[in-house]
Amino acid sequence: MQSVRFLDAGEQALVVEFGDGIDPALNAMVHAFDAALQEAAIPGLQETLPTYRSVLVHFDPATIDRVALRARLRELAGLAASGRFHPARRWLVPVAYGGAAGMDLDDVARALELSTAEVVRLHAGAEYVVYMLGFSPGFPYLGGLPQRLHLTRRAEPRLRTPARSVIIGGQQAAILPGEMPSGWHVLGRTPVHSFDLRRAEPFLFRPGDLLRFEPVSEAELARLEARTDWLPPVERLA
Amino acid sequence: MSALVVVAAGPGSSLQDAGRLGWLRHGVSRAGAFDRRYQAAANILAGNDPGLACVEMTLAGDSYRLDAESALVAFAGRFRLRIDGEDAAPFRAHLLHRGQTLSVGPAEGEVRGYLAVAGGFDLFPVLGSLSTHVRTGIGPLGGRLLRAGERLPMHLARPPARPPLALDPALVVRPPAALRVTLGPQDGHFTPEGIATLFGARFRVTADADRMGYRLSGPPIAHALGYNIVSDGIPPGAIQVPGDGQPILLGPDRQTTGGYPKIGCIIGPDLGLLAQAAPGQELTFRQVGIEEATAAELAERRFIAGLAGRMRPAGAAGLDSGLLLEANLIDGVIDMNAPEWHGGSEEAGQ
Repeated sequence: MQSVRFLDAGEQALVVEFGDGIDPALNAMVHAFDAALQEAAIPGLQETLPTYRSVLVHFDPATIDRVALRARLRELAGLAASGRFHPARRWLVPVAYGGAAGMDLDDVARALELSTAEVVRLHAGAEYVVYMLGFSPGFPYLGGLPQRLHLTRRAEPRLRTPARSVIIGGQQAAILPGEMPSGWHVLGRTPVHSFDLRRAEPFLFRPGDLLRFEPVSEAELARLEARTDWLPPVERLA
Repeated sequence: MSALVVVAAGPGSSLQDAGRLGWLRHGVSRAGAFDRRYQAAANILAGNDPGLACVEMTLAGDSYRLDAESALVAFAGRFRLRIDGEDAAPFRAHLLHRGQTLSVGPAEGEVRGYLAVAGGFDLFPVLGSLSTHVRTGIGPLGGRLLRAGERLPMHLARPPARPPLALDPALVVRPPAALRVTLGPQDGHFTPEGIATLFGARFRVTADADRMGYRLSGPPIAHALGYNIVSDGIPPGAIQVPGDGQPILLGPDRQTTGGYPKIGCIIGPDLGLLAQAAPGQELTFRQVGIEEATAAELAERRFIAGLAGRMRPAGAAGLDSGLLLEANLIDGVIDMNAPEWHGGSEEAGQ
């Protein structure tokens, strides 16, 4: 295992880096460390931002001395790197694949030399980890896309990709929380709002959550989209 | 309901408090006032806590009509100010009466100014904050910039019985200086020459400069390990350098994560200097260690906390002796004979 690195990020933040790359084992260390930090409730620690391979730690230098904080973080990082991360939740996310909801499905199948049914079977057959949330509020970067579906991004990004599009790009998968520009391929659409300010809990997914996709018909998509209070099923994991 | 009514809004005016903490992990930017010192000055002049929500204005200002019995407003920033067409001084509080118009702008020599009202604005926080992040539409007023016709409701129907206070602008205005920078987190992605370029060269602020980031132009900063990293969190004040070697200084509306290497971070107290840098202006950088940066940040916080003790009554018009006495008791040392400051950049500590 690579050693943990502590990188300066100004006088009010530092980066705890577990390695370099996009990798499930590396990301699991990030979530284990982040969970340990939440648990430890270190005075002066303001908030943490877990990403693919590192955690950005924001702290108040008036409350905690940087050297003391680093020593405490080193201790927790050691435990996290040697332990295992246990995801807390697994979401089941319905997707209507292809057609108007997934306008790139045919192109993706053609480019990968697969049938559209095989693309759907592979995409919906995998289990994904929320590697991190970033780019825009509630945007989940998902790890776990089967290798057979890895495909470079579109030559021309779309300026307006519809909200709740289920997308893939390179080795990654994601769900668009709102309409936004994207160069990723649209396989389908989900009724799941990963970000909704009107909800008591505006953000559905947390870093480290697990997620599976379930194919549904366009009629089922429309039925669920009409229900404003609908939330996808979630399994609490031990 | 008591409100300030926006008669005309500048193109970069938004509500900002101390920022939205705790949501970075969900992809939500902190936002918040770009110039913490001026925001604190406006709030303290209005009798508020330093981080309360203000209107942040950029280059052009706004005008307002008061729809309330009266209100105490305060402005911090080098902008022209008028009340019912009469020149009024910034860096002080003003008592407004129903129907009066406050016009702010344009900026004179700096970029950002802050308008506070005594008691604060009565708006619903979004994710715990009254800061506006326009790109994602998160914040009060639908997460938008201010618009003409909008009402900004205020908590107080009339201001507290205290005389308007003023602050010597020379105390708070910062003369342009090299921005202090600590190296990291990805300084290792740059050649020694690249790092020397950052600290040795002069850079110009381009027209592409807003609350999200300032793009600079200057000699390219050389990468050693390419210009793509696995996306990670972007710390406050980060200087990211994309493939063209031209640095981007990231502001309060920066995205939470990004894939360009970050050579260093502007220290907390110098973000206010950046906030006041206009397109076309030259910027230089000076390297400091983390210990020096920490000491400077803590000193800036002490300075802001001490501002309340450095206010003085803002002229005698309409004040009775009882209020002045009260002000003396509350605010400690006050020089009753201090000349009133009437604005103008030449006196502002350049």
